[in-house]
Amino acid sequence: MQTNNFYKLGMAAIFAVFLAACQSSTDDMMEEPMEEPMEEPMEEMDDSASGNARGAGNTGGLTPAQIRERDAGLATTVFYFEFDRSDLSAEAREALVHHANRLMENPSLRYRLEGHADERGTREYNLALGERRAQAVERYLQVQGVSANQLEVISYGEEQPVDPGTTEAAYARNRRVEIQ
Amino acid sequence: MLKLNRLILLIILALPALAHAQLNIVITQGVDNPVPIAIVPFEWEGFGVLGDQVDQVISNNLRNTGEFSPIDPNNMLSQPHEQAEVYFRDWRFLGSDYLLVGKITRSDNSDLIQVQYEFFDVLREERLIGERISGTESQLRDIAHAISDQVFEEVTGVRGAFATKILYVTEDSRQSFPYRLEMADADGGRPQILWEGTEPIMSPTWSPDGSQIAYVSFETGRSQIFIQNISSGVREQLTNFTGINSSPVFSPDGNRLAMVSSKDGNPDIYIMDLRTRELQRITNHFSIDTEPSWSPDGSSLIFTSERSNNPQIYQVDLETRWEERLTFEGNYNARARMLRDGNNMVLVHRFDNNDDFSISVLNLERGTIRILTETQLDESPSIAPNASMVIYASKVGDRGILNAVSIDGRVKFQIPSAQGNVREPAWSPFLD
Repeated sequence: MQTNNFYKLGMAAIFAVFLAACQSSTDDMMEEPMEEPMEEPMEEMDDSASGNARGAGNTGGLTPAQIRERDAGLATTVFYFEFDRSDLSAEAREALVHHANRLMENPSLRYRLEGHADERGTREYNLALGERRAQAVERYLQVQGVSANQLEVISYGEEQPVDPGTTEAAYARNRRVEIQ
Repeated sequence: MLKLNRLILLIILALPALAHAQLNIVITQGVDNPVPIAIVPFEWEGFGVLGDQVDQVISNNLRNTGEFSPIDPNNMLSQPHEQAEVYFRDWRFLGSDYLLVGKITRSDNSDLIQVQYEFFDVLREERLIGERISGTESQLRDIAHAISDQVFEEVTGVRGAFATKILYVTEDSRQSFPYRLEMADADGGRPQILWEGTEPIMSPTWSPDGSQIAYVSFETGRSQIFIQNISSGVREQLTNFTGINSSPVFSPDGNRLAMVSSKDGNPDIYIMDLRTRELQRITNHFSIDTEPSWSPDGSSLIFTSERSNNPQIYQVDLETRWEERLTFEGNYNARARMLRDGNNMVLVHRFDNNDDFSISVLNLERGTIRILTETQLDESPSIAPNASMVIYASKVGDRGILNAVSIDGRVKFQIPSAQGNVREPAWSPFLD
């Protein structure tokens, strides 16, 4: 079981590298993906107390470095996008592999993927753009093997910015998908 | 992790609940030679003080069009209230082309107030119109708007739109219900809250007879379309699909609602028959199709699509389903609304990435685009029912405010708010 998880993680990582390679041509045209701010580690998402026990069990086959990497991946719950784009950055894909594993290990766990846009452009178009970004995350998780019924996509368009400013930095923070 | 039980607190305030922050118009650009007009303070032949100054409301209305320059009452040589008291030379001397006089009386045993007014052409020394309107004291602003409409039409030949309303969305994070849908007089007066809640509100729009509104609310946890009767406040959720449900627009006959839904995977245009609630799919394309709007005769829809990689305006004939691209200039053309002539449309336009978004008019016959606005992040244009002005949303610093621009671009004014963000204005149809 542990080996199996480790194997899946490895395969997912290889697949992520493969995807990154496939998209390298578009990545070249994009600006450097922005540094994702380090998020506070998420609260335990499962209501049941068994969550901790499972987590401890999983660490058995992982080296401390791999555990740190997994925890860092799971701590990333906000993913950022370029203007008018919905491509996932390499960092986002890496973090999502860990989220996918967690979802597959916890079939009762559900993610609400909230897509957002910056305020440039019209509101209805941005509502559609926010949905497309959340769908990009949803599709990536599904490709990793996550069941569709564990995922829900919502778009808020430009209606809920985290930063009300009108600078490029503020816009970059607002173009995001949040795991809720 | 999924917020199954999102705490949603929502409330409908009984009409007419007054919102506290009134919007006030500030002219930023007028025409070169506005028409000088004398509006004499109306005489009040009753007890007590009236809540609204009829002459003041008329004066502000006409000034705010940018096409009139009302004369300061302090400079008037005389203050007549009816034709017998008018000496035209007094007004010629002040350089006034037109003169409006009037008086307000209350009948002895009635709550009704009567407003009598007369309007003169000073140069021709001629009485152009005159009438007596009665109503309750709370209707004084309505009467003032009706007189403004008469005066405006007499001088410009264009029907006035002062007795109309605007809908808009406000957001103020300090309130317990940060998102509000408000309705006010076209001059920003008498704001009322039509709906408020803890979740975002989008895309308010009017039925063609002005009795109903439709809008998008996130109160159920995702965007759904609601319809609400203005006078009764009764509201109904029209859609309950997954994905995006948004961008409602009533058909010219009021029986159908064009809208967007991504219930089948990505946003496409649909039409809902409001009598049967039947949903008809209009577009079926893997790219984003959104922001539908009706042609004046109801035979086609225009909409925004990014099927050519960036947002452009397309038109679909509802009978043949023939789809045609309408915009070619610029890399962002969105949220178009057709003028009644069917040949011009108002839209959000950006030429290229380094340009601002601006409210523009596209002439379909000639293919020319005229840029009307150069404020910041201009969006959500809504055309006045007399097609004289376009009201739209923009930003000043971090604040969302409303602006208006005349359809010829000559007159511009701002409608600042006291607090919070104001956005997505929707100008009502004529309401009589």
